Amino acid sequence: MPVTVTNNRAAEAIRARRRRVLTKTAGLGLVHIVLILGAIFMVLPFVWMLLTSFKDRSEVFTYSIQWLPSRINLDGYREVWSEIPFARMYLNSFIVAISVTVCQLVTSALAGYAFARLDFPGRDVVFMIYLSAMMIPHQATVIPSFLLMRKFNMVDRYTSLILPFAAGPFGAFMLRQFFMSMPRSLEEAAIIDGCSRFGVLRSVVLPLCKPALVTLGLFQFMFSWNDFMWPLIVTNKMSMRTLQVGLALLRAEVSTEWPMLMAATVMATVPILVAFLAAQRQFIESIAFTGLKY
Amino acid sequence: MNTCSARLHSEERKTALIALLPSLVVFALFTVYPVIYSLYLSFFDCSLLGGPRTFVGLGNYAKMFANADFRVSMANTVKYAVGTVPVGAALSMLAAVLLNQKIRGRGFYRVAYFMPVVTSMVAVAIVWTWMFDPYYGLFNALLEKMGINGPAWLADARWSLPAVIILGIWKNLGYNMVIFLAGLQDVPTEYYESAEIDGAGAWQKFRYVTMPLMRGSIGFVLIMSTIKSFQVFGQVYVMTGGGPMNSTMVLVYYIYRQAFEFYRSGYASAVAWFLFAVILVLTILQKAFLKAEN
Repeated sequence: MPVTVTNNRAAEAIRARRRRVLTKTAGLGLVHIVLILGAIFMVLPFVWMLLTSFKDRSEVFTYSIQWLPSRINLDGYREVWSEIPFARMYLNSFIVAISVTVCQLVTSALAGYAFARLDFPGRDVVFMIYLSAMMIPHQATVIPSFLLMRKFNMVDRYTSLILPFAAGPFGAFMLRQFFMSMPRSLEEAAIIDGCSRFGVLRSVVLPLCKPALVTLGLFQFMFSWNDFMWPLIVTNKMSMRTLQVGLALLRAEVSTEWPMLMAATVMATVPILVAFLAAQRQFIESIAFTGLKY
Repeated sequence: MNTCSARLHSEERKTALIALLPSLVVFALFTVYPVIYSLYLSFFDCSLLGGPRTFVGLGNYAKMFANADFRVSMANTVKYAVGTVPVGAALSMLAAVLLNQKIRGRGFYRVAYFMPVVTSMVAVAIVWTWMFDPYYGLFNALLEKMGINGPAWLADARWSLPAVIILGIWKNLGYNMVIFLAGLQDVPTEYYESAEIDGAGAWQKFRYVTMPLMRGSIGFVLIMSTIKSFQVFGQVYVMTGGGPMNSTMVLVYYIYRQAFEFYRSGYASAVAWFLFAVILVLTILQKAFLKAEN
């Protein structure tokens, strides 16, 4: 009698465990199905963009879906360059995004270091005021900023595209947090050796925070490369337009030349997508950083 | 000794001033001055092209609230926020919770969901315009396979805003997901384990463990996405130009047109300040919420 009871119990336990494993496997399967459906929804526009860019015009205007192009047709990629000054716009975007990134790294490192390490009256108040500027929407400042640029005769110049973004509270805040997490002892040794504060920053502090600089740099590059409203406002000449403005104008101009439009968007997004795929972790970290509670 | 430390002190102040100078100059020129100057402009009737300015007091604000187009754009902006924020937050929470476990292909999913975040709004808006094409677009072709006669999307005043909302959700999902994932890392796994011992299912664990501990991140995402949704511009510029029949006219696009197409810089500044006030209130709400959390 006692033996059967234990047997029953053992069997029960085995059944229960099997049930748990089964529901767990089924649950995991469901998780994957949901995630895959989500991933298809997220990636489909990119796939469709790429596929369309290789198609003939005749293959685009069909009532039933034709997924794959019958052959790799590069006409779209060729035509863009004659439709708008695409090469020049590409160059403009690179010049602006790289300049903004470099300026941001320098100004943010300097400001972040001052806020983290240097002692001056009103430091924390200045920091709080500077930080609160992050909540001012760009749209609230855009009209006077434009008037200012026009007054200084800087419309259609790189200066107007770069200068407003050459420094900003986000970068200063990010690097300040990073500097504050570093031990002071390394710097103190260098200061006792007679190194100036700027010397310490350049040769002791910055080499130690390369990851933070890479993260901030990628973030700023992405931001500047993708910016649309300000370049739209502050440029008039085709030769000074950036890629994003060029794309929007191309869309208005040729409206339904989809293979060409898709080819142009592919070329305009490739630099960012390549950078993202090469440095996913830093990109995602920089985004997560914007969610920090400050 | 005393004079030495005083000298060091003044040296440090000088260093701090030099380090902060570039950031403060940019801040003063492109944030402080424009914010104040646009408030000043909002009390005048003036043209972006120059010419005489007449003081109208609060006239621009009165005109704004009486203007039908402004009211439509405000209503559309609110609809856009209501359409994107809760659904977007719920979907990204789902993605974050599913990805917060040890499952195969986690890195792939994260990249897929995050890709739209790094791509420019102009580029993806062009791709989505193509997918929303009433005759040859991907969506209606897929809907037809399911036996549904798809709407004309961007060409139909009833469907244009929903189409812009779908793009908005798609574009921001990855961003919110990353913020939630960061929040989920702070939930101790022991909490789930003890909930499991108490017999809690997946939903109960989410409802009684995850949700309460994630209130901070949820609040941040809700308010940040609301602020962002009040700033939509790029997709409206590219996809609809505010139409058809003003059905996608939103606040920032309205400001842009008033200022840079109709040259009403005084009036546009008043609308911009109104937008700023709305965002300020939202930010203060967020700060108060975070304070209540801690």
